[in-house]
Amino acid sequence: MSVIHVNNVSKHFGALKAVDGLSFEVQEGQVFGFLGQNGSGKSTTIRMLLSLIHPTSGNIEIFGHSIQDNRNEVLEEIGAIIERPDLYPYLSAKEHLQLFAKLRSKKIKPNAIEDTLRKVGLLDRSKDKVQTFSLGMKQRLGIGIALLHNPSLIILDEPTNGLDPQGISDIRNLIQYLAKEEGKTILVSSHILSEIEQMASHILILHKGKKLADGPIQTMLDPNKMIVHLTTTNDEQALQVILAGSYSNYLLKRTEGIYLSLPHFEIPLLNQFLVNAGVGLISVESRNSLEDYFLQLTSNSN
Amino acid sequence: MKAIISFELYKIFRRPRTYIAFGAIAALIVVIQFGLKVDGQSYAAFLMKDINDTLTVDGKVLNGYLICYILLQLLLVHVPLLVALIAADMISGEANLGTLRLLFSTPFTRTQWVLGKFIAASIYTIVLLIWLAFLALFVSMWVFGTDDLFLMKSNYVVLIQEKDVLWRYVGAFVFASFSLLTVTALGFLMSSMANNSIGPIVGTMSAIVFFTILSTLNIPLFSIIKPYLFTTHMNNWKEFFDIQVNEDNEAIAGSILNIAKIKNSLLVLSAHIILFVTVAVYITKKKDILS
Repeated sequence: MSVIHVNNVSKHFGALKAVDGLSFEVQEGQVFGFLGQNGSGKSTTIRMLLSLIHPTSGNIEIFGHSIQDNRNEVLEEIGAIIERPDLYPYLSAKEHLQLFAKLRSKKIKPNAIEDTLRKVGLLDRSKDKVQTFSLGMKQRLGIGIALLHNPSLIILDEPTNGLDPQGISDIRNLIQYLAKEEGKTILVSSHILSEIEQMASHILILHKGKKLADGPIQTMLDPNKMIVHLTTTNDEQALQVILAGSYSNYLLKRTEGIYLSLPHFEIPLLNQFLVNAGVGLISVESRNSLEDYFLQLTSNSN
Repeated sequence: MKAIISFELYKIFRRPRTYIAFGAIAALIVVIQFGLKVDGQSYAAFLMKDINDTLTVDGKVLNGYLICYILLQLLLVHVPLLVALIAADMISGEANLGTLRLLFSTPFTRTQWVLGKFIAASIYTIVLLIWLAFLALFVSMWVFGTDDLFLMKSNYVVLIQEKDVLWRYVGAFVFASFSLLTVTALGFLMSSMANNSIGPIVGTMSAIVFFTILSTLNIPLFSIIKPYLFTTHMNNWKEFFDIQVNEDNEAIAGSILNIAKIKNSLLVLSAHIILFVTVAVYITKKKDILS
């Protein structure tokens, strides 16, 4: 079942096309990673999903209902944090949860507030005012508010911002728990690609407001195609040799270093080619991570 | 809607800034009451100096009712500025804090949020006015006692019997609530147009000062627009203390000299409230939440 269906959505701010003809679907139970550089349109898209920004054109359906026409019913089933964890500094963690619980028509269990505080690790600080909280604690409280009413869809925009390594790990485990054990559908954006790689089952890569790719993470990281980083005796000469020959098609545009995306059986042939051209190969470092895939896509589109 | 109002009221009354207005009003009233208690007779003698030769006044001129009238004259000009502190912050303050996106992604429409916030801000304004009434009227009555209300107008004097005064204050405070709600609505409108609190607060205060000056200037050009300015009508609570007289020039108890003026002022103020809030709803519904 499709939980989110975005159909040809655009958002223009004057001449700027923040999102341009974006379409994608998120299925029930997926952890959907939303990737893109700063200014790629991730937050604008997430804000459109939450009806905070009105699309210039296109349709957004969530749970089969148009967000424009059935806003309140749809938002009842969504929990979200958007960018920074902005909260009321003069209220405590517990007061935040108590107040936001009142804004839901769903009946919230009496112990839900305590359970949520425990889940996000703030039970012992529940009576402290938010102005005394670190950024990471505010982020955890923001996640707590998003989870309090037990939503079916959770939208998390940069949820690990400001968290220490333990906090990042806790959030990652929480997201995985919510998806696997509670069957939640989660859309998560992050600039930490390795995080998405560990959490997401599907990803969408957005660049300059346009979709570059989306799909299951396994199919995107094709094991037969590798990204290699070459270290040679003379990088400048090596680059010229590669650009002049048949390997130029495999070359990735990077500001530093020589990177190529090529089938693994080509690696020995590339070595031979460079040696024949008088370039000594010091090392070939192969990679097959989401970060490489992301950089490959975005650099090519530049 | 009830949930939004209770949510907003909780936040208003948990915020330290809210109590600045309560503290400021209490401090001003107590200082003036103290001054009049200590040296009030000199003040009363100064007020009466022009009519002492033609009129003999018995009883307690400087009583709680007169003190309240003096306080209202002084304070109802400044209270709108204190109201603006909260009202003009209601939407823009949330935008500045970044919490507006949290609120607008809950299952309530923006219209519900704006109306809920306006009602909460209005309740705050009314509570502030009740606080003012308590200190200015009831504390003055307790400290200075009660008697007939003797008022000096520009070219005549008004004497209202003691038993005929209290209901006029009730009317005056109800009228004042409309005046202050107009300021609340104006602050709200300004608030819907900005993403920080300072601009709307200063904007509201500036608008009040600007239109008050226009309302008081006797230039024929401005006379055309004066009847439509909310500032022209804000001080008409005083009309409750102008009384009709019979053929023998005796005051008619329970009467108001110009009740049509009060009704007209209430109509103009109500129209402003509706207009300001409607525009605030329209702006908030249309805007993208980028903060």
